[in-house]
Order: sequence, then C-alpha cells, then structure tokens
Amino acid sequence: MTNADLLYSDVETDLRASVRDLLTDRCTPESLLARVESDEPYDLGLWRTLARDLGTAGLAVPEELGGQGASAREVALVLEELGRSVAPVPFLGSAVLATSALLGCDTASAEVAGLLRRLAGGEAVGALAVPLSTMTDTGFPGDVTATADGTLDGTVTSVADGTVADVFVVPATSPDGPGLYAVDAATADVAAPVSFDLTRRIADVSLRGATATRLAGPDRAPDAVAGALTTGAGLLASEQLGLAQWCLDETVEYLKGRYQFGRPVGSFQALKHRLADLWLELVGARAAARYAADTLARGDADAPVAVALARSYCAETAVHAAEECIQLHGGIGMTWEHPAHLYLKRAKASQVAFGAPGRHRAALGELVNLPA
Amino acid sequence: MTTTSQKGLDAEGLRARVADVLAAHDPATTDRLEFLRARYDAGLAWVHFPAGLGGLDAPRELQSVVDAEFAAAGAPDNNPRRIGIGLGMAAPTILKFGSEELKKRLLRPLWTGEEVWCQLFSEPGAGSDLAALATRAVRDGEDWIVNGQKVWTSSAHTAQWAILVTRTDPDVPKHRGMTYFVLDMNQPGVEVRPLRQITGEAEFNEVFLTDARIPDAQRLGEVGAGWQVAQTTLMNERVAIGGNAQPREGGMVGKVAATWRDHPELRTPELRDRLLALWAEAEAFRLAGSRLRQQLALGQPGPEGSGMKLAFATVAQRLAALELEILDEDALRYDDWSMRRPELVDFTGREAGYRYLRSKGNSIEGGTSEVLRNIIAERVLGLPSEPRTDKDVAWKDLPR
Repeated sequence: MTNADLLYSDVETDLRASVRDLLTDRCTPESLLARVESDEPYDLGLWRTLARDLGTAGLAVPEELGGQGASAREVALVLEELGRSVAPVPFLGSAVLATSALLGCDTASAEVAGLLRRLAGGEAVGALAVPLSTMTDTGFPGDVTATADGTLDGTVTSVADGTVADVFVVPATSPDGPGLYAVDAATADVAAPVSFDLTRRIADVSLRGATATRLAGPDRAPDAVAGALTTGAGLLASEQLGLAQWCLDETVEYLKGRYQFGRPVGSFQALKHRLADLWLELVGARAAARYAADTLARGDADAPVAVALARSYCAETAVHAAEECIQLHGGIGMTWEHPAHLYLKRAKASQVAFGAPGRHRAALGELVNLPA
Repeated sequence: MTTTSQKGLDAEGLRARVADVLAAHDPATTDRLEFLRARYDAGLAWVHFPAGLGGLDAPRELQSVVDAEFAAAGAPDNNPRRIGIGLGMAAPTILKFGSEELKKRLLRPLWTGEEVWCQLFSEPGAGSDLAALATRAVRDGEDWIVNGQKVWTSSAHTAQWAILVTRTDPDVPKHRGMTYFVLDMNQPGVEVRPLRQITGEAEFNEVFLTDARIPDAQRLGEVGAGWQVAQTTLMNERVAIGGNAQPREGGMVGKVAATWRDHPELRTPELRDRLLALWAEAEAFRLAGSRLRQQLALGQPGPEGSGMKLAFATVAQRLAALELEILDEDALRYDDWSMRRPELVDFTGREAGYRYLRSKGNSIEGGTSEVLRNIIAERVLGLPSEPRTDKDVAWKDLPR
C-alpha cells in the first residue's frame, strides 16, 4: 500500500489524450446510435486504429512478444476512455481477457507466442470462452471437454465480444485435467443472442468436435484462467469509472443549460446535492480503480483485496451514475435518441460481469478477516 | 562549531539548530515549559513563521523534519491536539492581520500552550449563515463594548483568549458590517456555560458577552473587514481537515470490524454484506485521501479535498449505526449518561452507543454536509448558486 501510485503519470496522461482524441472523432453518440441497430454493431474500423495505430491491443504484452511492454495501469487508462464513450470495440474480450489468459501460459511456446503476437498487433480479435458473469473465484470452468487428441465439445454462453472474435481461448477439461485451447472461430458455432448491453455484445459459442490447439495443460491452465478473470475484474473498474465520469459530466452540463421555473435547474439544491454526492462517489471510485490497476501492474500481494474492492465499489458507482443521468435529464433521458440509455445498459450489464458486487464483497470478507 | 546564524534553512541546517537547542536544554532535566519556550525562541516552533515569532522564514514542509528530530530526542511537545484552535486558526490569523505588538505578546504563549484559545464565531442565529451574526461591538473611546451570545465553543472554559467576529455596522449588507477582534476571556463581561450534548457530556460551551471590553489595539484587520479576516481563519481550518494518513481499518471501521470479529454469535448474512459495503467505502475514501496527499506532494492540489470531510461524516455515521445493530441486545445499554467535560474528543472512543451519538455531530460541525454539498456543486462542478435575497440588504433589515 505504501508504494501504491494512485495518480496518472505524464505518459499515461498522453496516452489518455490520444485515445480520447480518436474516440471524440470516431465514436460520437450519433454514430453509436446509428450503429447499434445495424448489421455491424461493432466498429472494427475504429478497433483497427485503436489496436494497431495506437498500439493499445498489446499494451501489457512484452515487447519481444509484439506488445508495448507497458502494464495494467495503461490498460486501465484505455478502459477509462472506452467506458467514457461506450465504444463498441472488443478491447475487454481481446486485449484484456484473452491476452491475460495467454500471458498466463508458457510464452516460450510457439503456439502461445504466435497467438499473443497476433492479438497484440491487432491482427486478430480474441475472446476468452467463459460467461462474462463468471465470478473470479469459482474454479475452473466445466462447460467444455477436450479429447486426448485435442478436439473440443461443449457450449459456452454469454462470451463477451464473442461475435467478432477470430479465435477463442477456451478452458476445457481433457482426460489429463484442465487445459487451455485455441479454437479458430470459423470452426465454432457462434450465436448472437439479443444483448442487454448494446455496445458490448455477448455470444453463445458451441463447439462440436472442434479442432483446437492446446496452449496450456493442468499445470498452468487453471491459474491462467483465474488470472485473466482477476485482471478483467480489476480493470473493468476503470471502465466503470470512465462511464460514471461521462454520466456525471453530461448531467452537470445539461443541468446548467436546462431552464424550468425561470432558472437553470442546476441551481436547485435538491439536484445539486445529488450531483455533489455522485461526484464524491467518483472520488472514491477513482482511488479504488487506480489502486486495483497499480497493484495488478506490480503484482502486489494486496491485489486480490484491491480487485474485490474496486469491482464491488466501482460497479455500484457506474450504475448509480447512469441512473442519475437518466433521472436528472428528465424526459429526454428516457428516449432512444439520447445516448444515456447506452451507458445505463453498459453499466447494468457490467455490474454482474466477473461476479456481482455482493459476491465480491463476500470475497473481500474472507480476504480481510471479516468472516461469515 | 558553527554558530546558529551560519546554519542554512535546509533540512541539515535545521537539524543542527535542533541539536543546539537539545544541547543547551537537556529534555530529560529541563522543565517542560522552559524547553518549549527555548524551542520557540530558537525559531523551531513553526519554521515557516517569521524570525522572532517562533519561526525562521523556512519552507513549511521542513517542519516535519524538526518535529521528528525533537520527538526522537524525547523532547516534550506542546500537546497540539489540546491547543488545536490556537495553532490552526488563531495563529495564522494573528500573523496575517495582527500588529507587531500583538504578535509578540500572543504567539509565544499560544504555541507553548500556556494560553489556550477558543473561537467565538457561531451564534444561535448564525450557523451555516455565519455572516448573519448579531453579536454587537460598539466603539467607546479606545475600547469596544461587546454584547451577544456565541455557541459551540470548544475550550471556552479553559481559554485565556478568543478570536471573535462581531457586528459593528448593522446598516450595511451583512458581509460588510463585521469586525474581527482578539478577546481576553478573563473579564467580568464573559460568562461561559457548558452546552450538554446528546451523548450526555459537554465538549462545547455557550458564551454570553455582556458589556465585555476590548481595546481597539486588539482589532485584527480594518473596521468592517471582519468577514475577510474570518475567511483566513476558516481557510486554515479547512487545510487541517481531511489531512492525516490512516492505516487500513483506522478510525470507525476498525471499531466495527473488531466487534464483528469478537462476536461470531451475532453474525448474519445481511449484516455482513452491509459491513463489507461500508468497509469498502471506508477503504475507498482512505485511498482517496492518499491520492489527495500524493497530488499535494506534487504541488497539484485536487478538488478531492472538498469532499473528504463529507465522505468521512457519512461513512462514520453509517458504521456507528451498524455497530449497534450488530451488538443486538447490548445496543440496549449505554456506558454513562453523566455530564462530563472531556478535554480531548475521540470520535471513536468509549462504547458503541456513544460513538453512534457523537457521530451525529460529524455532519454538522465544521460545515454541515449540506453546505459542503453546495460548495462541491458550485465550486467543483460549476453549477449555479440558488438565487440570493440577502446580498444587498442592510443586515438590520434581514428577516430573522
């Protein structure tokens, strides 16, 4: 804790500025609303620019494996900006979850290194084949079985960013125990159920005798999956922070310009106090999210506490911010044409990602000796 | 051996000055007050103050170096918690607005703790709206004669001196008709009565001023400029709030966590989720405090400071309330309702019932949570203020 750096470095601030510039230009509320009901709900053109030109897909990947050699702190920063614009890009599924799982395998292996290089370079989109709602500590997923010769069978529901994945990183149980496998998306049956979150879709992935490449065996696979879920949970807090910040900023601006009873409605204390409370919640959320990113980046022993704290706290902040945004906008906030609903849908769907806040509070209780 | 005048104002120079004081006044054998006076006279009381007034015009950050050196040598300190109002509020105001004579007379015994200070600002009719205050000061030759009632005054019963804001011109709008004084508490016109609180004890006082006299030489700032002077006092108060680093589970959360660990038989799933939600909130704001200090250390003060007291009050109150629910049957008992006069107040002291009741004050004292929310909304978020009806009206014509 004493070593934790909770601020944003100059390099991080520069990175934020480039990502925000790109998103301000290419991810406007109008373009988002037009896209969500089109045949291409993901903006893969934007993703290519973000992943390849800005190099964000491989931020936490070592340079010798084709990445930027940065850390979870920088990944968190990109997530903040993506949350701020609810950008429809597969960053969480590919650059966070699939990439973290691969980094937990033996990166000296040609299969692992090769796939990491493709994901880090933005040449391929990856997805970790687990339900997005999987709690970080529920043990190795049991949905898929692998034969000894490496073909996979089973169905995994609610895979984040699965509809645009080129390759699935699949936890599967083989005769000799848990393993992690790579499956070409073309060999999987990928269904797209109607997602509650319009800007991050889920996929139901069925594998029937799918040919797979084994990336890790029983020695590494369970930790690789658990590590990816923990990293995802800890960093998702930053996305939730960015989302909440947009909701607060947007609502403040709206209340300054909206006149009723002959004065800006933002001058009424009944509304100001709600926004002051929300701002304060964000102060706490920012500290918690930065602490999670920093402990994950340093492999600090307190990282599990930091992740459980950030996940439970920031998830509630994001939902609260999105709900306040809708309510304080009044009627316009309830319309399809105003983007607030995209934020509410992302916030509410992300609340249960990697386990709902109550589960993380229960996990926190075990970690800090407040037993049931 | 170098002489004091040759020693620089960097950390090394200050350490050498501390060593000189320790050499000349062995803490083990020197009278406490004598030692503190020597420290003050060596300019090591508050190093950022001017030379001759307990300081050396040194950077404020170096104070911690000096404090650490004295503490390591086992030197007595001036018990800063006991004289917080003098150190944190009166001293910076006297330094900025007092005459040379006043500074010489008042600051040394203030710092050593020989003379305790209190603050006479709030009144029954002027709480959040401090500028509405009604205590009148009327000029009488070289003196002012003061009449009125002040309230919520800690330390008034032990104080020698008070900082006091009065109404000197009722015919102008409220912010313009106030004047700020230093008042000698030991005089017949000053009556101090304990103000008993919901906890049973009396930390605070009511102070009744009846023809109390103040020489004009004890005025701080111009006649009519009391509001500006008071801002200096209050700004220094806010610097002190939200400041200190806490370990994890420091403060109220540690008390409730200990109760939880001590009583497995009282645990339920519902109480546990509420406890952990509050534990998480307390930890998030503890980290926010660390973040704020990291920003300050880089010379980039963030707006987070405005929120720390608000967050502290809310979390402390909910934690204290939860502890009583956890305690179940024991929540039916209270340790002691008898009237006491505590010299130091510990928000997390005594038992759970006391902590619950005392925490109710956290969202009222030092700026109510409602006023703090207005400050955040207007100064941080830039939202417009409520329409004001009192700004251009003479104080005497305001409804009350």
